[in-house]
Amino acid sequence: MSQFAINLLFVGASFALYIGIAIWSRAGSTKDFYIAGGGVHPVTNGMATAADWMSAASFISMAGLLASGGYANSTFLMGWTGGYVILAMLLAPYLRKFGKFTVPDFIGDRFYSNSARLVAVVCLVVASVTYVIGQMTGAGVAFSRFLEVPNTLGIWIAAAIVFLYAVFGGMKGITYTQVAQYIVLIIAYTIPAVFISLQLTNNPIPMFGMFSTHTESGVPLLQKLDDVVNALGFQDYTADVDNKLNMTLFTLSLMVGTAGLPHVIIRFFTVPRVADARWSAGWALVFIALLYVTAPAVGSMARLNLMTTIYPEMSGQVENYEEAASDPIRYEERPDWIRTWEDTGLIEFEDKNDDGRIQLYNDGNEDFADTEEERGWEGSELDVNNDILVLANPEIANLPGWVIGLIAAGGIAAALSTAAGLLLAISSAISHDLIRNMINPNITEKGEMLAARISMAGSILVATYLGLNPPGFAAQTVALAFGIAGASLFPALMMGIFSKRVNNKGAVAGMLAGLLATLLYIFTYLGWFFVPETNMLPNTPEHWMLGISPLSFGAVGAVINFTVAFLVSNATEEPPQEIQDLVESVRSPKGAGAATAH
Amino acid sequence: MADDKSNADAYWKANIRLITGCLIVWALVSYGFAILLRPLLSGIPIGGTDLGFWFAQQGSILTFIGIIFFYAWKMNRLDKQYGLGE
Repeated sequence: MSQFAINLLFVGASFALYIGIAIWSRAGSTKDFYIAGGGVHPVTNGMATAADWMSAASFISMAGLLASGGYANSTFLMGWTGGYVILAMLLAPYLRKFGKFTVPDFIGDRFYSNSARLVAVVCLVVASVTYVIGQMTGAGVAFSRFLEVPNTLGIWIAAAIVFLYAVFGGMKGITYTQVAQYIVLIIAYTIPAVFISLQLTNNPIPMFGMFSTHTESGVPLLQKLDDVVNALGFQDYTADVDNKLNMTLFTLSLMVGTAGLPHVIIRFFTVPRVADARWSAGWALVFIALLYVTAPAVGSMARLNLMTTIYPEMSGQVENYEEAASDPIRYEERPDWIRTWEDTGLIEFEDKNDDGRIQLYNDGNEDFADTEEERGWEGSELDVNNDILVLANPEIANLPGWVIGLIAAGGIAAALSTAAGLLLAISSAISHDLIRNMINPNITEKGEMLAARISMAGSILVATYLGLNPPGFAAQTVALAFGIAGASLFPALMMGIFSKRVNNKGAVAGMLAGLLATLLYIFTYLGWFFVPETNMLPNTPEHWMLGISPLSFGAVGAVINFTVAFLVSNATEEPPQEIQDLVESVRSPKGAGAATAH
Repeated sequence: MADDKSNADAYWKANIRLITGCLIVWALVSYGFAILLRPLLSGIPIGGTDLGFWFAQQGSILTFIGIIFFYAWKMNRLDKQYGLGE
């Protein structure tokens, strides 16, 4: 069977499974549609949350970022897991006790104001749609590579699949579909990692393999990697970073963004009890961590494999790295996986010094210029896109064809599950919070379901259209989603629970200040609405305010939100007694029923 | 009513104390050991690198899981202790 047929078989079989589950568990009532009848077990819910959470960014992109950035990109690992600690302690149990369907529901009721509800809907929709665009782009790339179709067609196939099960299945369909997707994606991620860890370190568990001895050279793997990249002018893989302020703020942004993203919060409405909401957050993190502790191993091992593929003499025990580094492979002798990916344009080779060999090194390093001249190198000749790393991993390690098919299915599952969860959050915000609670309170249950499905279809179309012409780099788009959620929704939710003093005016002013400050800072460097050439300052560290990158600004936006909300609240009247009673009741698990409509 | 109120207040204070403790550990392993305090830990070798690197890529994630389960377990006990369980 050809690789194409195997890919088709794996992706096709996994789709049949998801769609089958969606049809089997079709939602009957409004409540089923949004929150699966409130009866999902914490472990099941944790697994579904993990699938919801781990998108194309985690599955496809993150290990590649770790491979290229080393220690500096640990921010993604800590940020995308540490947010669950905040979520478990500061939000999930109380929002479950509150017992309504959506995030704007809580903000609207707690701050007794339809303006607050409307602002929350806007923040939610902007953050979620931005996030879906990235997923559509990611799913499109995975489809086009493995099904060998054009990128545009790949995105439309993704849109059709998401439409089918999100629109017809609702939350219950999604919950069980996402359990299936989690299982597919975690198997797809771990199997190649285990094989590669065995090949390099003889240790079957990648997270331990990464810190063990590299079998071929007899030195610890990370030290080997430092030596190898150092000999090619790169900074050490494990090197510390200078700008710790930015690293701290970026991690914090990703953490508060995690806690503020509506598609994750909505998950905690689906468990039967408040105690289950706490356990559920823990289980979600366990399932997420299975991938997240493997990712740094995948990243470091793939970087080492890539380097020793190009410089075979560096792989074993090396006496003199200078010498080993001066002898890269001939372009004609490159392995098959480089050839395959060259076809997609995601690996590019240009023989700058016409010696028929592949030089891959850091040509931007001034200290390395002398060595460069000595060796007759005229620039790094191989351009490898970070995002292919996880997808190419099985090929790099010479694993059988079915593993490649599996990873195709896993990558697509990651992108689709997150897109579906986000679409559900968007549709419930529009049909429930905007239409039912603000525009037409007399809408029938049927009408509300219809509105939910129409808004889902509408968001899919918008996201697909923007995915065809993405506003920027996928990682930047995703970071914007985190910045918006963290700077706008997270502080409002937290103050709604932990302060009785913050009132309607404070919350609205705070959310708007946090949202606008963050958007303004990002657009200043990345262009208005991401349109190229419209940025007012170049996006380089010298121009950043206090060295804070636009991706890290969500944390500052959150601080602005908190500050403005407290100042405005203290200058205006106290919230009415019934709101203070509401806060009291949210704080205590006693008397929590199943989540209700009203 | 007054007793209910003071009971609920005591429960909430205990919760806040617990959250504060957990957040200190949370910040210490991530922002502390993994980022700001990494140079101080550079003397402790682990698998070809230093302890700070391990915390940044593995240790903090494992600690986060521990914190959440500890908090859930402790809170469920507090719920019962104050008679505020479901």
